[in-house]
Amino acid sequence: MKPVIGLEVHVELKTKSKMFCRCSADYFGKKPNTHTCPVCLGLPGALPVPNKKAIEWCVMLGMALNCDIPQFSKFDRKNYFYPDLAKGYQISQYDEPFCLKGSIKLDSGKKIGITRVHMEEDTGKLIHETTEGEDVTLIDFNRSGVPLVEIVTDPDFDNAKNVLDYLKKLQQIARYLNISNADMEKGDMRLEPNISISTNGELPDYKVEVKNINSFRFVEKSIEYEIERQTNLIKESVKPTQETRGWNQAKQKTVTQRIKEESSDYRYFPEPDIPPIRWTKSQISNLKSQIGELPEEKLKKFKENYKLSDYDAEILTREVIQADYFEETVILGKKYGLTPKQIANAIINRRVDLEKILPAKLIEMIISAGKTDKVNDETLRKVIKEVLEDNPKIAQDYKKGKNSVIQFAIGQVMYIIRKKIDTEILRKLIMEELK
Amino acid sequence: MKINVKHIAKLANLPLSVEEEIKFEKQLLEILSYVEKLKKIDTKNAKITSQITGLENVTSEDKASPSLTQDESLSNSKSNHNGLFKVPKIL
Amino acid sequence: MSLNTLSIKKAREGLSKRQFSSVELVRACISKIKERKNLNAFITVCEKEALEKARQSDKKIKDRIDLPLLGIPISLKDIYLTKGIRTTAGSKVLDDYIPQYNATVVKKLEDVGAIIIGKTNCDAWAHGSSGENSDYGHTKNPWSEAHVPGGSSSGSAVSVAAKMSFASMGSDTGGSIRLPASFCDVVGLKPTYGRVSRYGIVAMASSLDSIGHFTKNTDDSALMLSVTAGKDLNDSTMPSKNVESYESYLRRGVKGVKIGIPKEYFALGLDKRIKDNVIKSVKSLEKEGAKIESISLPNTEYATACYYIIQPAEVSSNLARYDGIRYGSARQNFGDEAKRRIMLGTYVLSSGYYDAYYKRAMQVRTLIKKDFDEAFKKVDVIITPVSPTLAWKLGEKTSDPLLMYLSDIYTVTANLAGIPGLSVPIGFIDDLPVGMQILGPQFSEGKLFQVGKAWENINL
Repeated sequence: MKPVIGLEVHVELKTKSKMFCRCSADYFGKKPNTHTCPVCLGLPGALPVPNKKAIEWCVMLGMALNCDIPQFSKFDRKNYFYPDLAKGYQISQYDEPFCLKGSIKLDSGKKIGITRVHMEEDTGKLIHETTEGEDVTLIDFNRSGVPLVEIVTDPDFDNAKNVLDYLKKLQQIARYLNISNADMEKGDMRLEPNISISTNGELPDYKVEVKNINSFRFVEKSIEYEIERQTNLIKESVKPTQETRGWNQAKQKTVTQRIKEESSDYRYFPEPDIPPIRWTKSQISNLKSQIGELPEEKLKKFKENYKLSDYDAEILTREVIQADYFEETVILGKKYGLTPKQIANAIINRRVDLEKILPAKLIEMIISAGKTDKVNDETLRKVIKEVLEDNPKIAQDYKKGKNSVIQFAIGQVMYIIRKKIDTEILRKLIMEELK
Repeated sequence: MKINVKHIAKLANLPLSVEEEIKFEKQLLEILSYVEKLKKIDTKNAKITSQITGLENVTSEDKASPSLTQDESLSNSKSNHNGLFKVPKIL
Repeated sequence: MSLNTLSIKKAREGLSKRQFSSVELVRACISKIKERKNLNAFITVCEKEALEKARQSDKKIKDRIDLPLLGIPISLKDIYLTKGIRTTAGSKVLDDYIPQYNATVVKKLEDVGAIIIGKTNCDAWAHGSSGENSDYGHTKNPWSEAHVPGGSSSGSAVSVAAKMSFASMGSDTGGSIRLPASFCDVVGLKPTYGRVSRYGIVAMASSLDSIGHFTKNTDDSALMLSVTAGKDLNDSTMPSKNVESYESYLRRGVKGVKIGIPKEYFALGLDKRIKDNVIKSVKSLEKEGAKIESISLPNTEYATACYYIIQPAEVSSNLARYDGIRYGSARQNFGDEAKRRIMLGTYVLSSGYYDAYYKRAMQVRTLIKKDFDEAFKKVDVIITPVSPTLAWKLGEKTSDPLLMYLSDIYTVTANLAGIPGLSVPIGFIDDLPVGMQILGPQFSEGKLFQVGKAWENINL
């Protein structure tokens, strides 16, 4: 029995305006229903006008996931009724999305197929409450119409850890491209895994969709719970019901949300109010050139070109701002004979506030920290002899082959002299005295 | 030819009475059998026309414009609370 | 002569010459509206607002401000959103809806001085060919109150025919301007799809809706189009075609113009008297120098079936927003015709039926457009009857939806092909008005006015 998992992730783009109207898309924390207009409120007579930047960012994300970008693409209407869906249909993409057939490699080396990446609009927000004794649902349309990119993977995952790795990588790419904050807790990255268990190596004939996984913390837990739930059912010869389940954070389990008696008939048809998109070759190559280095490439470069350790390289490339800062400092530092390793150490160990300390200042700090005081050899030898006499164990351990004891000696000398001395000179002198 | 009027009405979010269901089933069947005449044409090689203008690539720059005020947004709703539209609780 | 019988052009002249005031024009229209209240042409009359606007217009005229429609009362089909003025789309669902914004066309008209005298009655949601589907009672034909005025822009046609307004804005998705124009003895223009902005007008079928108008004559029609036409950034389906000087076409005459007569529009089912009338009219244009040519539009017989798949499909989606939450009342309040079309549309888009119905209809649409493209390689314009029958009696077709749909057989083709059509009066049969329509390639409205005006001159 093997879990078969495919993911649907929605990423909310941080454009200035919404997907099909020019209301501000910066809706978080704003007074309800203050970022609406005839278009996103679904008033009679309103018409959509697509956001160019949102479309470009969707394509760039697809490119970062190694997708094909078809020359021709269009929008379609997805028809269904729900109170948070102002028009009674969502403008989305059905059979001719912006990006197709991509892939991404996980840390484990496993390759995940990306089925498609497409553009759609977000819905309003529902709040369930009891006011004045009534059980009600309240609706805020500020979020209605905000651009969403949907990334669908092939059912290539077989465990929760891989899913977490994928999400982290996707989040990193979105942040590198600077198209979204991709923050699960804030709702600008949303995950819907489709989980089933294969008993015979074939693709199962059912799948369970899990909703409401709202933070990175619960991704692994929720998926593992569902895998176990389904596995147990199958062990008892019960086929899991094809349904949508919700992750209940309080109870730490998935619960039935609605059983799909019939899979929803969305009656997709081409959106008549929006002309299709046709790309020229130069437009595509232009977008590609805007992408810059992605996390995977940067990591490779940091390890190979800058000769950083895996650990250091991973930390420095986690966020593009830090990576860029590092590279800028390396270029500057070259003039002063500083190595990438020194700069990496300084950034990582000293936990430098990159916003407050400019690269030039950081270099100054590294240099002054590395400056050593000049003390003449005679004075040094005198102090070394003193230390060796006071600490006979040093000579004993050194005879036994414990070389680390030299470091201790260096420390003791520096403590007495109270000056920063070139450790290489000290080491040489100490070893001479020990002989 | 049969139509599942109940199912269609559900998809269309149209509550119908039993009398309406019967009436509409008859009328819809009549209309559908008229439009069946399209089956007589050979459309094998015809492209689809979903838009008659031939336009492509119509988009807008990403610039924010003023929105409706909260009052304007709510002005025609019969039920609202604290600036939000209100409906009976959705299960 | 009563002021409300003037054309827009004559009214503008008179206003500029200070022969009368805009207030007098508005008063004349209001008085006519009240006098023939029983025609039920209006859902909302804006008497107070119109008089106030008229007073302001008179001030501007005194200051020698000259705008194309300054001081002229016009009416709007009640699907045009007017900010602060009730807009119902002829349906109880929107009985108390007060729009929060203006349609682009409304803004354009007001910017050039037009005065909105009221919102006209129509088939609810523009669904109908007779005016009998309005939730506010049917509109009556001023020429014979026992007969239908045509629809769905019934009130608009009547408001011009009965001299209640100098022009009226309507919409034409399958003939809803041209048909009532021909039944009411007025000029009706369906422009090219995408010529006039749809923003702020209740959508019926998004790929078919054409925004046009009714006037007393061709000159006024050209004037109205020069105001309403032009690209709107809020509507993504408008080609960037320059708005021509339509005036310049009005004096060109019809010499050398090639007129196509498609045999499919003159076949079985057409009232012989209408056929004879249209042919006679075309022959008189020939006398003025036009060249007549027999053509064929072979896929015409499939057009109505094609239309009654595509249009309800788009209707079913466009009416989904009316859920009573943000505005309007519950979906139960949709009338029968709306419910019928919503369900028909839902069916033809539904899983398992999409390919056989909607997709197929989209393919047939390509063939119908091609017919016109081929024809317009040979001729400049095409002339056909507007309706196969005279205006029918009220109640005659209301129990047979399919029979009602078949009234559209000559008009739906222009909507499917996206081309413009001008309906002009050609006379009376049995005391009922008859019209003919002049069709042209996309963006050829100038040519239509040219031929329409030439016909008018013969007919004077």
